[in-house]
Amino acid sequence: MTDKLAIETKDLTKNYGKVTVVDRLNFHVKENEVFGLLGPNGAGKTTTILMLLGLTEPASGMVRVFDFNSTREPLKVKRIVGYLPEEVGFYDNLTARENLRFIADLNNIAPSETERRIDEVLEMVGLTEERDMVTRKFSRGMKQRLGIADVFIKQPKLVILDEPTSGLDPSGINHLLDIIAGLPKMGITVLLSSHQLYQVQRVCQSVGILSKGKMVIEGSIDELGREAMAGGRFMIEVETAEPKAGLVDIIKKIEGVEKIEADGTILKISTDSDLRSQISKAVVDNDALLVQMKVHEFSLDDIYMKYFKEN
Amino acid sequence: MIAIIRKELADHFNSIRFLVLFLLVLVAVGGGIYAAKQGIREALEASRAVTEDGFVFLSLFTSSWGDIPIFTMVIAIVIPITGIVLGFDAINSERTGGTLSRLLSQPVYRDSVINGKFLAGIITITIMAGTAILLVGGFGLIWFDLRPYGFNMTGIGVPFPTPEEIIRLFLYFVITVVYGAFWMGLSMLFSVVFRRAAGSLLIPMVIFIIFYFFWVFLGFGGAIANAVSPITGSSDIATQIQQAGMQQTILRLSPSYLFREAYAVLLLPVAKGLGVITVAQARFMVANPISLTQSLLAIWPHLIGMVSLSAICFAISYIIFMKQEIRAT
Repeated sequence: MTDKLAIETKDLTKNYGKVTVVDRLNFHVKENEVFGLLGPNGAGKTTTILMLLGLTEPASGMVRVFDFNSTREPLKVKRIVGYLPEEVGFYDNLTARENLRFIADLNNIAPSETERRIDEVLEMVGLTEERDMVTRKFSRGMKQRLGIADVFIKQPKLVILDEPTSGLDPSGINHLLDIIAGLPKMGITVLLSSHQLYQVQRVCQSVGILSKGKMVIEGSIDELGREAMAGGRFMIEVETAEPKAGLVDIIKKIEGVEKIEADGTILKISTDSDLRSQISKAVVDNDALLVQMKVHEFSLDDIYMKYFKEN
Repeated sequence: MIAIIRKELADHFNSIRFLVLFLLVLVAVGGGIYAAKQGIREALEASRAVTEDGFVFLSLFTSSWGDIPIFTMVIAIVIPITGIVLGFDAINSERTGGTLSRLLSQPVYRDSVINGKFLAGIITITIMAGTAILLVGGFGLIWFDLRPYGFNMTGIGVPFPTPEEIIRLFLYFVITVVYGAFWMGLSMLFSVVFRRAAGSLLIPMVIFIIFYFFWVFLGFGGAIANAVSPITGSSDIATQIQQAGMQQTILRLSPSYLFREAYAVLLLPVAKGLGVITVAQARFMVANPISLTQSLLAIWPHLIGMVSLSAICFAISYIIFMKQEIRAT
């Protein structure tokens, strides 16, 4: 992974009337990584994406995509960026192939090359058999897959996917996530906007969480997890029948325990590694009857919920 | 932009809409030919072609017979409808279909989208108007027998058009396309402003009905002009001419009226000029058709007027579209 930046924004701001949708946003996406842009509805994700593409003008601030200023040189940006909008639509009266051919034509791709690429991308999304069907007859999921194919026809350096998995069935989602996870190896950077946390967690190396137009947190998933879990990477819950007074202090002394909270009979312990055996030994040594013990790794949900609880 | 024009043209030609419009044009042609076949005698007499100083070929386009209207009148209805139907969902169908953001995220300038659509529409109107005029002319050349009307014919059909007739017909073709472009520009403007195609179809249609059927056809324009600037017999000649001029200006507010005046001068050059002529002046008028250059001078303002109306409509839709937000929601 290089340290070259695919996307860089500086104090990016956009207002609609008096409402500030994106507020002095600063974030960057490294080349060849999958970046997840998270946030509740109305957080300014789509507006940010439109500004990245030069489709909407920022009120102030700057956005650069592969060193091109999106506001000043939108065409150069659009040549290398593939964008899948949230509500993707196609020309109903044209077949899948004709729709793709039109997009290839707009990108000045030579006709012989176009046909080859169309077959390639349709194969990739599994629409080879439906290629000569008019898109009017396509289901929502098929349209979504055709949208993915459409993004890759121009062989982009960066793809921006806005809620790409909506409307897909579980196997479709898996297939798509596999495709996305494989893109960095092909030299393609991905910006994935979503509120499907587990999907983001599965494929993204870094995430940024947007709330009310501001980036509340940005970084790699590992780092964020550590922060969200108050330093620990694991959360171990211990339930005892009769908690003894000294137990908390004993567990605190175990190496690797970062934080402990007592809540009635339940102890919540954050640790930096899986310390279940040491903890259970401590509990048993303390004569506190162990009822159950659960371990869970942090998930993006925890990070997400933590930040939205705080705000 | 070429890619967009190509796609739009393919869309137009493959659509049912186009088929219906083309049928409409064919009906206009059929009616025109039939009316010409039956009524060319009157037209020839009116245009003084029988005395051999008029335009025989042009009479094909200006003949009427009983209730069957003349070709030009049908075209004056068909072409605006064509323009409106080609333009009314140009932008808002892309928006509701979710294709606009996908289209604009390709490396094309935003103006190419609207320019491409406008040009593709003009090409379509050009093909339709051209086909209609050529069909009438062609059938005229092979079908009509004018011998009973005192023509020395070497073959069948009307005599081949003179160069002046060809130029006049070509100019008629040009103003027809410009007129169609105006209505298309207007409906495209509404397709940018309105999110729903129903509104952007209805409003230009209503405007057309007001400007054509009410203003020109049913004479509301004349009535309003008369009310605003009545010609009173008691006032002197100069005032009366002034009032008549005022009336004409009011009538010309309607693009349909402009179009009608323009094609009348081009195709019926025997008709007097467009201004007011007093009885005293009329006595000195030579009973010749006005020359091509004089016809051109007379309709030049009309042509400029129609071109600028189209340009204004296009410019407004262009500006609104350039500033519009792309997001669908």
